[in-house]
Amino acid sequence: MTPPEHNEQKRTVNVSTQIQHDAGQLFGLLAQFPSEQELIAATQNFSESGYRSLDAFSPFPLEELSEALQLKRSRVAPIVFAGGLIGGVSIYALEYWINLFAYPLNVGGRPLHSWISFIPPTFECTVLLGSLAGACGMLWLCGLPRLNHPVFEVDAFQRASTDGWFLCIQAEDDHFDPQISRQLLFSCGAREVWDVPEIKY
Amino acid sequence: MSRTSKTRDHLLPADATYESVSDQVSRIVLREPVPASWKFGFLIGLIMLQILLIGIGWLFVYGVGIWGINIPVGWGLAIINFVWWIGIGHAGTLISAILLLLHQEWRTSINRIAEAMTLFAVACAGLFPILHLGRPKFFYWLVPYPATTNMWPQFRSPLIWDFFAISTYATVSFVFWYLGMVPDLATMRDRAHSRIVARIYGVLALGWRNSARHWHHYQKLYLILAGLATPLVVSVHTTVSWDFSVGIVSAWHSTVFPPYFVGGAIFSGFAMVLLITIPLRRIYHVKDLITEKHLDAMAKIMLASGMVVSYGYLMDAYVAWYRNEPFDSYIYTDRFSGPYDYCYWGLVICNCIIPQALWFPHVRRNTWLLFTISIFIQIGMWLERFIIISLSLHRDHLPSDWSMYYPTIWDWALLIGTAGLFLVLMLLFLRLLPSISMSEMRELVHQKGDSHHDPS
Repeated sequence: MTPPEHNEQKRTVNVSTQIQHDAGQLFGLLAQFPSEQELIAATQNFSESGYRSLDAFSPFPLEELSEALQLKRSRVAPIVFAGGLIGGVSIYALEYWINLFAYPLNVGGRPLHSWISFIPPTFECTVLLGSLAGACGMLWLCGLPRLNHPVFEVDAFQRASTDGWFLCIQAEDDHFDPQISRQLLFSCGAREVWDVPEIKY
Repeated sequence: MSRTSKTRDHLLPADATYESVSDQVSRIVLREPVPASWKFGFLIGLIMLQILLIGIGWLFVYGVGIWGINIPVGWGLAIINFVWWIGIGHAGTLISAILLLLHQEWRTSINRIAEAMTLFAVACAGLFPILHLGRPKFFYWLVPYPATTNMWPQFRSPLIWDFFAISTYATVSFVFWYLGMVPDLATMRDRAHSRIVARIYGVLALGWRNSARHWHHYQKLYLILAGLATPLVVSVHTTVSWDFSVGIVSAWHSTVFPPYFVGGAIFSGFAMVLLITIPLRRIYHVKDLITEKHLDAMAKIMLASGMVVSYGYLMDAYVAWYRNEPFDSYIYTDRFSGPYDYCYWGLVICNCIIPQALWFPHVRRNTWLLFTISIFIQIGMWLERFIIISLSLHRDHLPSDWSMYYPTIWDWALLIGTAGLFLVLMLLFLRLLPSISMSEMRELVHQKGDSHHDPS
């Protein structure tokens, strides 16, 4: 597949004739594919043609889709690590400060800095803050939580959580052209293509 | 066909499709009428829950004196129930996290139920230490917060370790369970028939739309959380066992406690998963999703952990004898032939002898026998905690102190009541949320499809 040609003039003409929605704005095009193999192939095609504002949807995780979209390594792991580190260090520091300065108690002549007994809370807080940071970080990286999204405007999109294979080409992409992109989607084997209107809040 | 794909075929019906597994699970919540057995169970649960409320109310009015505890038995049923419930909670995270890391595909259809069981069991367990405080309204003194009194918690105390371990365990289990459910909540949203139901699941699904970008981050996090939860499971019951083993009471002062407690927790946890899944398969007709192979695998783990527990009993007694310290030896004579000997022999029968039947494949695949054995294991594990706590305390080093411990009706009310709380929460979960992971089942169908394409 060759990269779609797009000169400014042609594109303006197309946009003005194609979009008829009340919103006057197009979020993108949503295409449904008959199987995961076709979705993966199409995603790869679009990605290789230089499209960047793409999103593929599948009812369960597919490694190939992440590769086709050329996604970078997820930043979840460093977030979890940072959270865990903050949790562990801060609780140990708190224990140290409490037992040595704020409220020193001499129990049977044991050292004030009895680090062995400080380990259980330190371990637990490392896991706790690491997990919470990871959960919040994952949602943040995904742009969640959000109550609505333009793709939900297409009724058929409900299949995405059962057995539907979808690809969304967003209008903000530099290569986006309503007509050419639509034809490309069909030529990649799309079963159906919908206009996705931008939603107004 | 490779060995793994053969295993997969046993875990799924032959004609399973993405649509059929999603429908089978979501139908339980969205379409099927409420079964009579669910209503009956819920009613029983609600009645038992009232007993809990009355028990707690009476405790708040009169204090811990309404229980059978005395001097020297200062820890009674409250702590026994606490250790028992927290042990039950362990199989959930174990199934979810450890089996995920070990790529055990058979976990897929039972992990959600097991995780929910963990949460509810921890909720039941968490009540007891608070009620046992004597002044439950001051439970927040365990939290290191800047009080105007300038008093801080004592970090050398196992009570504080317990607080950190259990609150972390409850929180992390909740996060793991909820995040694991988000893609399925999105499926529920998309399959709901009424707008209001779709909206409720929509809000719970946090806007999940099965995007490859979402899955990319999600999968990474799920794996990391499993990696974090695995040492957490071990650490929680280890911390509970330290409550005992850092003490100076003769039968508690043992280094075998941490592994032996964790083994016991897995033992009772898997028994509880079986007690839940066996009726569930029958009532909701999900026998082809939770197959005999699942039951078989859980029974094998029960058998193995049962052996660990039996080894713990044996070592405990052996060390007491080998140490050649008269009082330590006496504690064990008291267990075998003292006033509570029926508890000890009941424990040996329930935990060591009856589970040996699980060696036979025929028994492992017979749901009635498995169900009965699981009940015996629950009783046995409860007796184990009774023996560790009450028996070790009732005859201490000073014979003039000796006293028997008899639980009162209020002790039993809390045990029955928390069972009611567990039942109600579990039934609500089965009724309102997807109890089997649909997205993971679809993944399993996908892999199965691949194995058919690939003749190797």
